[in-house]
Amino acid sequence: MQHTLSLLVENKPGVLARIAGLFSRRGYNIESLAVNTTEVPNLSRITLVVLGDERVLEQITKQAYKLIEVVKVNDFTGVPMVERELALIKVKSDASTRRAIIDLVEIFRANIVDVSDKDLIIEITGDSEKIDAFKKNLEPYGIKEMVRTGKIVMERGMNLNNNK
Amino acid sequence: MQMTVAEAIIKFLQEEGVDIIFGYPGGSVIGFYDALYDSSLKHVLVRHEQGAAHAADGYARSTGKVGVCVATSGPGATNLVTGIATAYMDSIPLIAITGQVKTSALGKDSFQEVDTQGITMPITKHNYLLKNPNDALKVFKEAFYIATTGRKGPVLIDVPTDVFASKINYSYPTKIDLLGYKPNYDPHPMQLKKVVKLIKEAEKPVILAGGGVIGSEASKELLTFAEKINAPVVITLMGKGAISEDHDLYCGFVGMHGPAYANYTINDSDLVIAIGVRFSDRSTGKVETFAPNAKIVHIDIDPAEIGKNVVPYIPIVADAKRALEKLIEMVEPKQNPMWWEKIKDWKERYPLKYRWSDGEIKPQYVVEKIYEKTKGDAIVVTEVGQNQMWAAQYYKVKRPRQFITSGGLGTMGFGFPAAIGAQMGNRDKIVIDIAGDGSIQMNIQELATASAEKLPIKIFILNNSCLGMVRQWQELFYNKKYACTLFDVAPDFEKLAEAYGAYSRKVTRAEELEETIEWALNINNAPVIVDIKVAKEENVFPMIPAGGSIDKMMID
Repeated sequence: MQHTLSLLVENKPGVLARIAGLFSRRGYNIESLAVNTTEVPNLSRITLVVLGDERVLEQITKQAYKLIEVVKVNDFTGVPMVERELALIKVKSDASTRRAIIDLVEIFRANIVDVSDKDLIIEITGDSEKIDAFKKNLEPYGIKEMVRTGKIVMERGMNLNNNK
Repeated sequence: MQMTVAEAIIKFLQEEGVDIIFGYPGGSVIGFYDALYDSSLKHVLVRHEQGAAHAADGYARSTGKVGVCVATSGPGATNLVTGIATAYMDSIPLIAITGQVKTSALGKDSFQEVDTQGITMPITKHNYLLKNPNDALKVFKEAFYIATTGRKGPVLIDVPTDVFASKINYSYPTKIDLLGYKPNYDPHPMQLKKVVKLIKEAEKPVILAGGGVIGSEASKELLTFAEKINAPVVITLMGKGAISEDHDLYCGFVGMHGPAYANYTINDSDLVIAIGVRFSDRSTGKVETFAPNAKIVHIDIDPAEIGKNVVPYIPIVADAKRALEKLIEMVEPKQNPMWWEKIKDWKERYPLKYRWSDGEIKPQYVVEKIYEKTKGDAIVVTEVGQNQMWAAQYYKVKRPRQFITSGGLGTMGFGFPAAIGAQMGNRDKIVIDIAGDGSIQMNIQELATASAEKLPIKIFILNNSCLGMVRQWQELFYNKKYACTLFDVAPDFEKLAEAYGAYSRKVTRAEELEETIEWALNINNAPVIVDIKVAKEENVFPMIPAGGSIDKMMID
């Protein structure tokens, strides 16, 4: 099962190497990774998507906590959250296909950020499923290049299920 | 007070209570040694950096204090690696200080540069590359705090040469502010209540004590608790010394080479109270069939150990001593006469044993005689392999920190340098290294260190002219194909000892043994090697093959 973990870490040299090393030597696969600064100086946020059952996840969490520079580990599995990824997609496009692609861009609320006579660069944000779906729709036109960030998440302010 | 970082480190070490460090100089630590030269801090010059790490480790294990070792950058640091990993696996508090190339040369493949922080990341509890001289004292204070609290372990500090030379203002740091490091010592009261109920209901309880009991100085509490609930105490190899082996409640060490009655006891129990153990594969054998009818209570200071190998019925994250103190208060006294009848029967039917044979010296007999002649009071350090297992089986220790062995990593060559550390920390005690002819050659150069320090360490080599433990596995599981385990050439240990200024004698007949042991025990001014020719094909039994369950036990 896929889990999204959010690690609050002290922003010190080598902290990413510690986490990456821990995951690789204990045999946990990282599906997606995003590292960024936070609203607090000296603290960074590492968002990870990992695969594993409950027991594996419990071990990952505990092992991560053993790293001195890891301050907090949150498992967002089952928690109402906003999740976002950003992708830049360069798709083949000439006069004959441009209109159709622009329609897709509008449907998905993406943005065209670069235009040439042979291709377009499209920027899209959203959850993984949305980006996957958009990419699938573009595939028939020919995707020349795609760059995609790791996932970032934030817990929703109002928890309607109130299961926490 | 203005001083260099090197001077400040030494001043700090002394204020922190360090009275001895083990090390080896080199280009990147000249500045440190220059400051050391002018100080009163005792330094033991080893002959190989690995020796420094093991000696600091042996010092820590035998005294309960933190061990400190020093090495230069590059090969100096990589030579420490085995020693640091050994300490990490057994949760031993160790500070390793390494020199590093100057900050401006970092990352340029400079002379004697390696990424020490990167290399030691997975084998330290934490490590630092000290780039800012003004952080020096804060970093050292944190390092000692991290090494000696929670689950103890090694911490490494890598110091570039220009940082050693930088001037700073000295003031002993008192404040520690580590956002992400807050070890939990106190047991959860609700969990303890559940344990008390389980103990009350149990008919066949057993206590499994590990290295954590020794690490948290909880032996006294362990005994009181065990007596109060009349439970047998079995130990892991790392728990040896947690309870006196003369005590009636003691029932041996569990695992691959533990006595049959120890393994039967835990296997048949209905409640395992595991304290300061990590359920290593050598202790549990096949996890799925480990103590199959027992509810397992797991008390450990490290939350990550709980559920890692064995899923407990009741997990308790706590310091062993505090958990035991609370349990002693809460639990009702009980007796388990039926259970003890069963255990006594196992003890009688399956004692540790070996076969005497005329014309040969059995290694078990050697350990028995060493035990008798030292009245069970020596600090016993072991190498790794058959020698280690026979020492564990036949040398019955009385107190914590008396048995020193590389449990988790199984480091051959650990014993002798660790014995140096142990003797440095216990000048009035007899320190013995029970060795094999393979292991002892892995750090034999430390004879020079022991001679220079006039340390009367007694090395007893159980010399079977082979790598006995691997040979045993080859005999039992690889059709007696003795690939690369039989030594064709062996050094003359008597001459080797003489070359290093140590005493030595050979023993080839059982009749000579007692007198030679007495001779060795009376030497008090230099190391001594007793090279004992033992039965070559002797095996360590009982044995549960790796990953096997208790029904696979070979008793002899």
